[in-house]
Amino acid sequence: MPLRQYQPTTIMIKILKYSFYDLMRSRWSYVYFLFYLLLGFVLLFLNNELSKAVITLMNVIIVLVPLIGTIFGVMYYYNSKEFTELLLAQPIKRSSIFLGQYFGVAGSLTMSLVLGLGIPFTLYGLFQSNAIWDFSLLLITGAFLTLIFTAIAFNIALANENKIKGFGYAVLAWLFLAVIYDGLFLMTLIVFEEYPLDNLSLMATMSNPIDLSRTLILLKLDISALLGYTGAIFKQFFGTNLGLVMSIFMLFLWTIIPVWRLGYVAKRKDF
Amino acid sequence: MGRIGVLFCFLLMLFGNHLRAGTITVCGSCEVKTIKEGVAVAVDFDTLLIKKGIYKEFNIQVNKPLAIIGENYPVIDGEDQGEIITVVSNNVTIDGLFIINVGTSYTADYAAIRVVRSENFLIQNVVLEKLFFGIYLEKSKNGKVYHNKIIGDAVDEYNSGNGIQLWYSQNIVVERNIVQHVRDGIYLEFSDNITIENNISSDNLRYGLHFMFSNDDIYKDNTFENNGAGVAVMFSKRIKMLGNTFRKNWGTASFGVLLKEINDADIIGNTFEENTVGISIEGSNRINYSKNNFIKNGWAVKVRGACYTNTFNHNNFLYNSFDLAYNSNLNDNIFDENFWSNYTGYDLDRNGTGDIPYRPVKLFSYIVNRTPETIILLRSLFMDIIDFSEKVSPVFTPDELVDSKPLMKKIK
Repeated sequence: MPLRQYQPTTIMIKILKYSFYDLMRSRWSYVYFLFYLLLGFVLLFLNNELSKAVITLMNVIIVLVPLIGTIFGVMYYYNSKEFTELLLAQPIKRSSIFLGQYFGVAGSLTMSLVLGLGIPFTLYGLFQSNAIWDFSLLLITGAFLTLIFTAIAFNIALANENKIKGFGYAVLAWLFLAVIYDGLFLMTLIVFEEYPLDNLSLMATMSNPIDLSRTLILLKLDISALLGYTGAIFKQFFGTNLGLVMSIFMLFLWTIIPVWRLGYVAKRKDF
Repeated sequence: MGRIGVLFCFLLMLFGNHLRAGTITVCGSCEVKTIKEGVAVAVDFDTLLIKKGIYKEFNIQVNKPLAIIGENYPVIDGEDQGEIITVVSNNVTIDGLFIINVGTSYTADYAAIRVVRSENFLIQNVVLEKLFFGIYLEKSKNGKVYHNKIIGDAVDEYNSGNGIQLWYSQNIVVERNIVQHVRDGIYLEFSDNITIENNISSDNLRYGLHFMFSNDDIYKDNTFENNGAGVAVMFSKRIKMLGNTFRKNWGTASFGVLLKEINDADIIGNTFEENTVGISIEGSNRINYSKNNFIKNGWAVKVRGACYTNTFNHNNFLYNSFDLAYNSNLNDNIFDENFWSNYTGYDLDRNGTGDIPYRPVKLFSYIVNRTPETIILLRSLFMDIIDFSEKVSPVFTPDELVDSKPLMKKIK
């Protein structure tokens, strides 16, 4: 009996759906969702000032979201390894399997984030306030960071058969991008303070998704301080919409490249 | 009593004179067709009633005590020829004129209305547009500039003038004026005992308010917004700034207020909101900062040096990127009982003030002072970590610069 031929995209969506529902049924998705829900309500309850809530949220989004994306990504990959191997035995395109799983995980995480924070803020009258754009920007960066770090985690897991090693590298990757990178960046700026550093510092920001997201939010939050610096390039970047457009474009690149690599490596890997 | 009394007598005199003096009507179809003619035929204490119309005149010299009153805003068009009205007599009132097209010159400061060596004048309800200098008071006393609207079209600093300028003038009230798009909104030099109240000075090229060598002045309830460099206050003594609002002065060299060589001043109840620097202080001593709100500024207060015995108490520091920048290790200024939104301490004994002192100078602010590019690392996790370690054991920031009694609740 001939096998029924499916379109590769249909299969990818099928796998995506499966992963998504699988995660939706799992406890962790709920925990993650409830965490954001609680955080949103507590923040709004404790601060009647929206500015402070936005600052706290920013810290959560640029630190916690990447961490959770990384850990979830690695965990899911290793947990569903047997199922993946089963699928690999079927006449299905490999990229469909891995991309389907990736989008399933990233999608459910993004949904937890957006709903978890969106519900309390909507209930507190977000749509009537003028903070809606700032808040949307926060959610967009959060979604991007989830996509980016889940993709990085999948890449790392794919490259390491050993679970412990994979986990270790993934957490290290997060630690590097979230903390160590900025430390090195700062040292560089101080050591070379005699030289013009405008270009360098903007480039360095662009090449780290966490710094990039932070800059995006800073453009809304601390613009008055940022405009205090005298560099012409800084001024052009922060003072116009160029900064916003560039940052979002770079976040796109940061998402596309690891996802593409995931498909590329999966095709060639010997399981 | 003093100033109000003077004004009262002055008004009384004015009305008294109305009874005795005549009224000369100026209009296109009247006997007297120009304002110059009107001034020439008038006797002391007459009223010149100017009807609606367009009067193309300049260099009008008011050399006798007159009340020049416009009806329905007659337009005086100077056609960019030069100065428009020059007052050289005491007791002159100018009311309800619409003056446009003052001449621009690089050698003379042409003004729409200039008052020279005169007393007891009143300039009110005047609208000025397309001007060089607006209202220029020169060596004059006991006057009032009330409820005028000055809208310039300044583009470059070198060929634009100031909205309201006071030079060697005393006892003047500048109240409820609106000044926009000129070089300096309100400018004072060598002018003492001036009251500047309820004015709105915005979108000016350089400073919203600028004064030098002017002592014993009061600035009250004014709004300065979106000016090129904010407000600059220099070389003056015993000034009072009360209840003013300084907003949205953004840029590399912008501030809410720049204080340079200011001594014995009171800065109370002002709001500094969304400025790159709220207050920039240099060489200023014995200033009392109290009940001010610093909201969402880049730096709330930037102390640049040689500032001694200043006290900051009962101020609100809310959501500033940096609360305080300080460039030396020596501190002689007192911070006491302020509310800091960045304070993370606790109040176990419930006396309303935090149990651990607050350090307003962050290590990051010190680093940014040294290497300005590092500003791009603002609010990063790494910076939070090193700020925290500096907070625990200060190495770079002044050790004794603390608010030992930070308030737990915002001051209303």
